[in-house]
Amino acid sequence: MNETFTKSMARNIFFGGSLFFFLLLIGLTTHSVRGLPEQDNRQNLTEEVALGKKVWEDNNCIGCHTLLGEGAYFAPELGNVYERFGHSKEAIKGFIQSRPVNGIPGRRSMPQFNLTDQELDAIAAFLKYSSEIKANNWPPNIQG
Amino acid sequence: MKYTSQSVAKPYFIAAIGLFVGQILFGLIMGLQYVMGDFLFPEIPFNVARMVHTNLLIVWLLFGFMGSTYYLVPEESQTELYSPKLALLLFWVFLVAGALTIVGYLAVPYATLAKITGNDLLPTMGREFLEQPTITKIGIVIVALGFLFNVGMTILRGRKTVISMVLLLGLVGLAVFFLFSFYNPDNLVLDKMFWWWVVHLWVEGVWELILGAILAFTLIKITGVDREVIEKWLYMIIAMALITGLLGTGHHYYYIGTPEYWLWIGSVFSAMEPVPFFMMTLFAFNMVNKRRRQHPNRAATLWALGTGVMAFLGAGVWGFLHTLAPVNYYTHGSQITAAHGHMAFYGAYVMIVLTMISYAMPMLNGRDAANSNKSQVAEMWAFWLMTVSMVFITLFLTGAGILQVYLQRYSENPLPFMVVQDQISLFYWLREAAGVIFLIGLVVYITSFFIKGEEARLTKAENVISD
Ligand code: HEM
Ligand code: HEM
Ligand SMILES: [Fe+2]
Repeated sequence: MNETFTKSMARNIFFGGSLFFFLLLIGLTTHSVRGLPEQDNRQNLTEEVALGKKVWEDNNCIGCHTLLGEGAYFAPELGNVYERFGHSKEAIKGFIQSRPVNGIPGRRSMPQFNLTDQELDAIAAFLKYSSEIKANNWPPNIQG
Repeated sequence: MKYTSQSVAKPYFIAAIGLFVGQILFGLIMGLQYVMGDFLFPEIPFNVARMVHTNLLIVWLLFGFMGSTYYLVPEESQTELYSPKLALLLFWVFLVAGALTIVGYLAVPYATLAKITGNDLLPTMGREFLEQPTITKIGIVIVALGFLFNVGMTILRGRKTVISMVLLLGLVGLAVFFLFSFYNPDNLVLDKMFWWWVVHLWVEGVWELILGAILAFTLIKITGVDREVIEKWLYMIIAMALITGLLGTGHHYYYIGTPEYWLWIGSVFSAMEPVPFFMMTLFAFNMVNKRRRQHPNRAATLWALGTGVMAFLGAGVWGFLHTLAPVNYYTHGSQITAAHGHMAFYGAYVMIVLTMISYAMPMLNGRDAANSNKSQVAEMWAFWLMTVSMVFITLFLTGAGILQVYLQRYSENPLPFMVVQDQISLFYWLREAAGVIFLIGLVVYITSFFIKGEEARLTKAENVISD
């Protein structure tokens, strides 16, 4: 880099630029957070859904699955599983409940989590709520 | 080594390398589970192996950053470390806390771990990369505070250079943004938004400051180029990193329930994020070309140049590949993401830590500047084995990702996830093979530390300037 461009100019660009864009990020984030009620399906965020999120976290489901495209890539996307399972919470519960303890020979298998009935209801409610979040039309199709 | 207290870096580096080995072993376990689904089931389910793999990665990189800081800061500040005792104490606290956490992951079901560590009181667990029990997270914050205090006091007491100030700013940022890991609202969209304030603002924000500072330090030492020049580069690199990377956060706000305007903001700003990484490549090569002295540690020079190139490839090129919103619509959360995640983490942060270790370890072991020629040759073999196999891991995952996206998301008759996984299993086998080569590279790397021999030295003619 040439001589007319000095170190103190570079330093000013760093501090000025970073501060400006950090404030802009905070501003835009605040604006987004204010606008979230339009998209985030909070009208359906019941206590049961909140418990479902807790069950989701306490069993580290994200360690195999994606949810709205984030997580692990070992098992199917679950942001739209409610739709994939024919809009049936019962189907979701049935699937989770019926996982074999010792897996399936030669294949990937989901662990048996031994969830209580209340937890099963909650996780199904959470997945239904997730599927109703407006995520700019993602995923592209039912396969997730 | 100019200051005796720099020696506290050594245990940090040794622990980092040890945990690195663990990380790779669990990577290989998962790689096998991808193709042999019942491998180690139900003893080590995939999600457990994944937590161990990614958390070990983060923890060993943190050990690496801390070790690098303890080596770098006294030398830059021209004074002994404020408290070497505190540094050693925190080393053991961090190591024990980390080990207990990993044992916890492996020994009991995750739900049990959540229960016995009181996740009900302040739920922070069960989110990708932030799986640590809440008490571990609190421990991390305490260690970080003690560390920052120690480093801050040292810098205050001594010479304040651009490099040490940038490093400190990066480390403070690391600690501050980690605090968002304690924010876990019931609202999934809010949770996801601020989760990225840890993950994205780390790797595409403040960690780039740490990366830049360590790279600048090693380049000054290796090349003898004038500090003024190096510092100007450093400022421009980190300026571009934050100018593009802060709003670049938007590339994660496309499809998680956030407003539509992020499709534009995220695309425009993150498309420019490769710039600072490209500047790092130019920086490294320019400085080495302009060197005013020959350094006998050729392995360290190789690592420094490699960091520039691989960070640009992994973060810059593979990042750009899927960062535009219309592309990300199809690639979001696919093997393309995994391909990019691997090469970016390796090229930028693994390699910068290994650069620093390569530069500092000979001195920490009581040598003047470098290991024996034999040892360096082994280390350079390790460089190529690990780097080339990581390129192949990335290429195979990219192949898998392209097919996955096509079969599952793009073709006329989209196929179910598990059907597609079966069809692309060849790529997973190849990835696993490349992973084994990576492990061999790592073994060679460790072996290189035990190869003795007389220190490599330069002839008088080679040694133009010394300082
Ligand atoms: C050498 C052999 C390795 C193998 C076989 C391997 C395998 C894997 C697998 C199977 C996953 C999980 C992907 C999924 O969620 O489905 C993963 C995740 C990950 N690995 Fe590795 N890995 C290896 C080395 C590394 C190295 C050297 C690094 C760091 C430089 C690394 C960093 C990561 C990261 C950051 C993730 C999370 C990726 C994401 O969320 O997109 N791995 N690895
Ligand atoms: C050294 C710097 C970087 C590292 C270590 C890194 C690492 C990662 C990792 C681990 C993920 C997966 C996160 C998850 O599990 O959900 C990710 C996602 C992503 N990265 Fe990076 N990255 C870096 C730089 C970049 C850059 C410079 C760009 C853009 C030019 C970029 C674009 C993206 C995008 C678009 C995603 C989201 C992928 C998806 O939608 O699934 N990254 N990165
Ligand atoms: Fe990002």
